[in-house]
Amino acid sequence: MEAILEQYKQVTEAQVKVWFKAAAVEAFPKNAGACIKYRDKQIAVFNFARKNKWYACQNLCPHKMEMVLARGLTGAEGDIPKVACPLHKRTFSLETGENLNADLPPIATYPVKIQDGFVYVGFAE
Amino acid sequence: MKKVIVIGNGMVGYKFCEKLIAKAPAGSILLTVFGEEIRPAYDRVHLSEYFSGKTAEELSLAPRSWYHEKGIRLFTGELVTEIRPDKKTIITHRGQSFAYDALVIATGSRPFVPPIDGVNKSGVFVYRTIEDLEAITAYGQKIAGGKRPKAAVMGGGLLGLEAAKALVDMELETHVIEFAPRLMPRQLDEAGADLLRETIEKMGIQVHTSKQTTLIGGNGRIQELQFADGSSLDLEMLVISAGIRPRDELAKNSGLTTGPRGGILIDGTCRTSHRDIFAIGEVALYQEQIYGLVAPGYDMAEVTAEQILGGDKNMVDQIDMSTKLKLMGVEVASFGEHFAPSPARSIVFEDKYAGIYKRINISEDGSKLLGGILVGDAGDYNMLLQIAQNGMTLPPNPEDLILGSRGGDSQAFGSVLDLPDSAQICACESVTKGDICSAIVDQNCESVKSITKCTKATSGCGGCKPMVADLLDATLKSMGKTVKQTICEHFPYSRQELFDLILVKEIKDYDTALDEIGHGHGCETCKPALASVFASVYNETATVQEAIQDTNDRFLANIQRNGSYSVVPRIPGGEITPDKLIVIGQVAKKYDLYSKITGGQRIDLFGAKLHELPEIWAELIAAGFESGHAYGKALRTVKSCVGSTWCRFGMDESVSFAIDLENRYKGIRAPHKIKGGVSGCIRECAEARCKDFGVIATENGWNLYVCGNGGAKPVHAQLLAESINREDCIRYIDRFLIYYIKTAAPLTRTAAWLEKLEGGIDYLRQIVVEDRLGIAGELEEQMNGLIDTYSCEWKEVVDNPELKRRFAHFVNSDNEDDNMAFVGMRDQKMPRPW
Repeated sequence: MEAILEQYKQVTEAQVKVWFKAAAVEAFPKNAGACIKYRDKQIAVFNFARKNKWYACQNLCPHKMEMVLARGLTGAEGDIPKVACPLHKRTFSLETGENLNADLPPIATYPVKIQDGFVYVGFAE
Repeated sequence: MKKVIVIGNGMVGYKFCEKLIAKAPAGSILLTVFGEEIRPAYDRVHLSEYFSGKTAEELSLAPRSWYHEKGIRLFTGELVTEIRPDKKTIITHRGQSFAYDALVIATGSRPFVPPIDGVNKSGVFVYRTIEDLEAITAYGQKIAGGKRPKAAVMGGGLLGLEAAKALVDMELETHVIEFAPRLMPRQLDEAGADLLRETIEKMGIQVHTSKQTTLIGGNGRIQELQFADGSSLDLEMLVISAGIRPRDELAKNSGLTTGPRGGILIDGTCRTSHRDIFAIGEVALYQEQIYGLVAPGYDMAEVTAEQILGGDKNMVDQIDMSTKLKLMGVEVASFGEHFAPSPARSIVFEDKYAGIYKRINISEDGSKLLGGILVGDAGDYNMLLQIAQNGMTLPPNPEDLILGSRGGDSQAFGSVLDLPDSAQICACESVTKGDICSAIVDQNCESVKSITKCTKATSGCGGCKPMVADLLDATLKSMGKTVKQTICEHFPYSRQELFDLILVKEIKDYDTALDEIGHGHGCETCKPALASVFASVYNETATVQEAIQDTNDRFLANIQRNGSYSVVPRIPGGEITPDKLIVIGQVAKKYDLYSKITGGQRIDLFGAKLHELPEIWAELIAAGFESGHAYGKALRTVKSCVGSTWCRFGMDESVSFAIDLENRYKGIRAPHKIKGGVSGCIRECAEARCKDFGVIATENGWNLYVCGNGGAKPVHAQLLAESINREDCIRYIDRFLIYYIKTAAPLTRTAAWLEKLEGGIDYLRQIVVEDRLGIAGELEEQMNGLIDTYSCEWKEVVDNPELKRRFAHFVNSDNEDDNMAFVGMRDQKMPRPW
């Protein structure tokens, strides 16, 4: 089970080797999330339309190891953008991946860029 | 260890135990109590509630275990037959003797039965104990036949009218016979009594005043009453409530001084003619009077406890006989010097149409309120009583006190904070304004409940509750504290305030709400809360603003432990044709769904993958199914028994009614899920009283219960209205649901909401049934608006390719979620365990 978790490692913009062209901007709901597939990975992508910002993280919730984070409600705690897991409302920072309301390990986050109407997610491999 | 013996375990005797134990240092007192009745002390003030369904246990003031925990020896069903003051012992009817250092006589009173020929006939009762009530009920059932039997109460005082209410509830033709020329002669003047008489006569009670009964006739059992004026009345049952007589025979035989008309003489320390013997409650004669109210009895209990422990507390000189009560829904109160004292001026207000009479007596110079009488509307009783008791200065136009201030902003009463600290707010427990304010300021009480816990205020008759609530509000405000329920950091409002703001400002979507009345970017708390408000205000389905819906509402299905979903089609009232059952079976088989019957009489299909949901629903909708809203904070089901269509006990068609109710309220969003139930008779097979609204058929129509639930904290629903027809029942549920939807906090079920609602079920009844706020029409209109605009959201989805696309697991691939795994169990599948 932990093997799945091993697939997901935090990637900063400087570490990006591949900008994966995921889908057109319109394919993503506004102020909510959707899931994309990159090789064997499931990545949750969030469009914070109010702030004109995009975030990405692993779709896997480290609490019960289910592929559900893309279906969670988004929001902010103070200035920190966050997602709440739909199963048990564990919340995670979309900037650092840190678990904000319990002691779970952090989730991996990924850089996102928008170019020519398409959403790109950055990976290190 | 000081040995204290109490003879009598009624309300006052119990109160004495409570006070003594609370005040005495642990281990310093050995307290022994003898009660003649078989059960420990119970609430005699609310005795008539026994007829409306309260049980003996519920009326009990404290269970036996309480006495045990406090180290009190309690002997019930045990009579004390002798006191030997010289030897400081008492003897019981079993011949046992017990020694005391201090003896407290709290034997109370017995009903006075006038010496009329025939009082021993069967069918003649008194009204004092639970056993009396049981006997009255049993006899009432015995005489209830095809016709409506006649019964009468002798005595039109406070207790007599309570008894009359009980007879009305037993569906007997009820008469009240009063010797005096008017009802409640001790509390009311002629005009007040006349008005009360008119009001209760409208309820079908026949009142006969100035009637002296000379004979109770009949052969073995009562058949008629004969009066001194030559008239007579045929009847089958009589309840005598002609006053009380102190139970002083034990004291008299033991040589204690008693009054010429009965009662054990006591002084201001509650001592009798023997220093170590005290008398309290209705047996005690203080200032040449017997006090048949509970508050003076509690004062005596307090004084006696203090005296026994060496204190020097005394009875106050002026015993307050103010009372406020509700007789058959009519408020009646009298306070202070309520009959015109002289010299004094009286101001009288009477509205015969509305059934209201108010009279206040004012000192001759117009500066002080002396007392008064209120019939029909006693809402201002607490404040008027305080003004009279504390000698507070009256407004320039004293009539404002009963008419309200007309014109200008000034309040006739001023603020509760103007009361002196010594003002007694709770007479039953002797709690002053100072005590309550200190509980709020020093002990951080922020609710009436916590004040009750700290001070015991409101725990007696409960009449002071509104004033305690006002005091709490005003005190918190004066401390600069606002106790505000805000839903989260993004909206500084309660759900109710948000509801009103969205309605008034006509805010149509979440982003606009954030911009106009909130700040920041929202969160998982305020998004679904506002989604629920938008659903209630505009009846928009969850598909319109999908990004603010909780996952279940966003995908119109219930997420399960492995991220798969379950599907629940609506089966109104639990009634389903074989053809539809077959369709559900076929769909479940085709998509390999785990199938289970739910507690709400429908079928839940588990293990559907996100992308399968629109396909599954397309098949169900084609077969005539609709969304069951199992995923929403919305109406779930209205459970039913088979009712009179099939059941040999059924009183009405519960299934038809349940189906109509379920179809009526389907799709309506609320602060939390709503469940209903309809039972065809009192056997209650549909478990309607465990529901947010429950309807039970009776011989006389439907009884409507509200605010029950199962779950973590099971609560039985409470009776909102009884013996009503189907139309009224629907109307009341409409009003109730909208009022709940508008005012409850997020994720609060109706039971928890009612618990917080100040005034509880009585207040809810005033709004929903009596329409006291005048909003019933508006509530119904809002409900009709929601019903008229209902649409099945799953139908919307299957008809709309764009909406269907939301159910893909990946936006960039048609692949399924390969992480989701199932294992087998009992020939079906289940999620792989965590």
